[in-house]
Amino acid sequence: MDLQLEKICHSYGSLEVLSDVSLDIPAGKIVCVVGPSGCGKSTLLRIIGGLERPDSGRVVQIGEPPADSINPLTFVFQDFALLPWRSVRGNISLVLEDHGIRGERCDAIIDDVLARTKLSEFKKALPRQLSGGMKQRVAIARALAVNPAVMLMDEPLSALDSQTRELLMDDLISLWSRNPFTAVYVTHNLQEAVRLGHEIVVLSRRPGVIREIVAIDMPLSERTMGDAGLEAKQKYLWNLMREEAVAADKELISVP
Amino acid sequence: MSHEQPAKKPVVFRGGGFAPRRIRWIGLAVFFVLIGLMEIGTQTGFITALTLPKPSDVFGTFVHLWESGLLWKHLLPSVTRLAVGATIGTIAGISLGISIGLFSYVRAGLVPLVAAIFPIPKIALLPLFVIWFGIDEGSKYALIALGTFTPTVVATYSAVDNVDRTLIRMGQSFGLSWRSIVLKIVLPGAMPGILSGLRVSLAIAIILLVAAEMLGAEYGVGAYILEAGSLYDLERLFAGVAILSVLGVGVSALVGLVETRLLGWRS
Repeated sequence: MDLQLEKICHSYGSLEVLSDVSLDIPAGKIVCVVGPSGCGKSTLLRIIGGLERPDSGRVVQIGEPPADSINPLTFVFQDFALLPWRSVRGNISLVLEDHGIRGERCDAIIDDVLARTKLSEFKKALPRQLSGGMKQRVAIARALAVNPAVMLMDEPLSALDSQTRELLMDDLISLWSRNPFTAVYVTHNLQEAVRLGHEIVVLSRRPGVIREIVAIDMPLSERTMGDAGLEAKQKYLWNLMREEAVAADKELISVP
Repeated sequence: MSHEQPAKKPVVFRGGGFAPRRIRWIGLAVFFVLIGLMEIGTQTGFITALTLPKPSDVFGTFVHLWESGLLWKHLLPSVTRLAVGATIGTIAGISLGISIGLFSYVRAGLVPLVAAIFPIPKIALLPLFVIWFGIDEGSKYALIALGTFTPTVVATYSAVDNVDRTLIRMGQSFGLSWRSIVLKIVLPGAMPGILSGLRVSLAIAIILLVAAEMLGAEYGVGAYILEAGSLYDLERLFAGVAILSVLGVGVSALVGLVETRLLGWRS
């Protein structure tokens, strides 16, 4: 299933945050969205996932999601959004129960996603017992459990320290390599963007418009830390964003 | 230039504190020391019998109450009234509080009404309740129910307001039904606030229970205290008050038990 964004505009009151954003999200690719803070990246993601209604424009699905996809558009949130009163297992079963998946089938799915995210031994732990990186692994496992057609990742690694971020990037790459998924990956971290993105969409400062789409052809599994080609791409992206970031930094905050 | 070493001085510690620790037995010790002082004072005559009864006499009265079976005769109706009234009041309060938290129209319509009912001393309405619900148990249940209702409503809807919205968005993003979001996300998320509101409203319930029993009841801790007071029987008065304190501690311990069961995920 591909996604297509058609001329999306959105404002909060008199503040225009997105202007005329059109974008294709091809199946099996990771599309990274980068931009200075407050450029409407997260708003765009919420619009794609149907959590917010754009003022104009629309998001269309092209083709049907796979039949076994329980929740085609699935989010991974920056702050994990785990229920603190449910165990790791309970947090994953939460999203399955409602789709009528219980008992053995539910257990099989949970065991599978926990194994894929290396969490099997933490099945009974409560979120407060886990480190930030572990919590985000649980959130990723929860997202995988519903077999999404498109993963919508809202700065998933931004709340983590840089070492944990490296580890989780490697995990995401190996997850994708074994079983390519489609994702829209919003981040302000250019290093994450060049490591994970097949395409990198650069948004400008408010109102967010697409400045450029940079494609990186190198396969994900070959991308390593400190690769010269990737560094060059990252530098190029930074030059694109630099002035905007400076201006965004000086802006008074008035986002509702 | 001299090669003298600069003077060494340890950094002064200025952290610590502001972190309450749990210390056992001190509370009980304070309690016993106070009673001990009262006993010594009354025994030596430093405190006259008109000012305070001897704690040992109060204890004797209590033992007599226990042995004669009168204790249960007074305590059982009181506990029943408390249980029935408080149950009705908190269930109604939690339901309405959640509705206010979830529905804007209910909130707009009923929050001012709750604010208007809250400050009314409920005991002032007892004569009205006697007409509406009868002189017996009905009016007492109604009084206690109304007294626990308003604080529970306020505690519940502010607890619902404080539930992390990102958790609700998460529920929606995974396609959870409205019902599941309320039952599995909003309600457990609001539980800490609801239970701390329950502590307050149950204490109010005990106060109202006694007031209602003082105004018209044959048996009950309140009636017992009123009778003792009008005869100026300080031993019985204090025995009755002590029973109320124990009742309050018991209710608070009960809420504490529910908290450890339901909120174990917090600590």
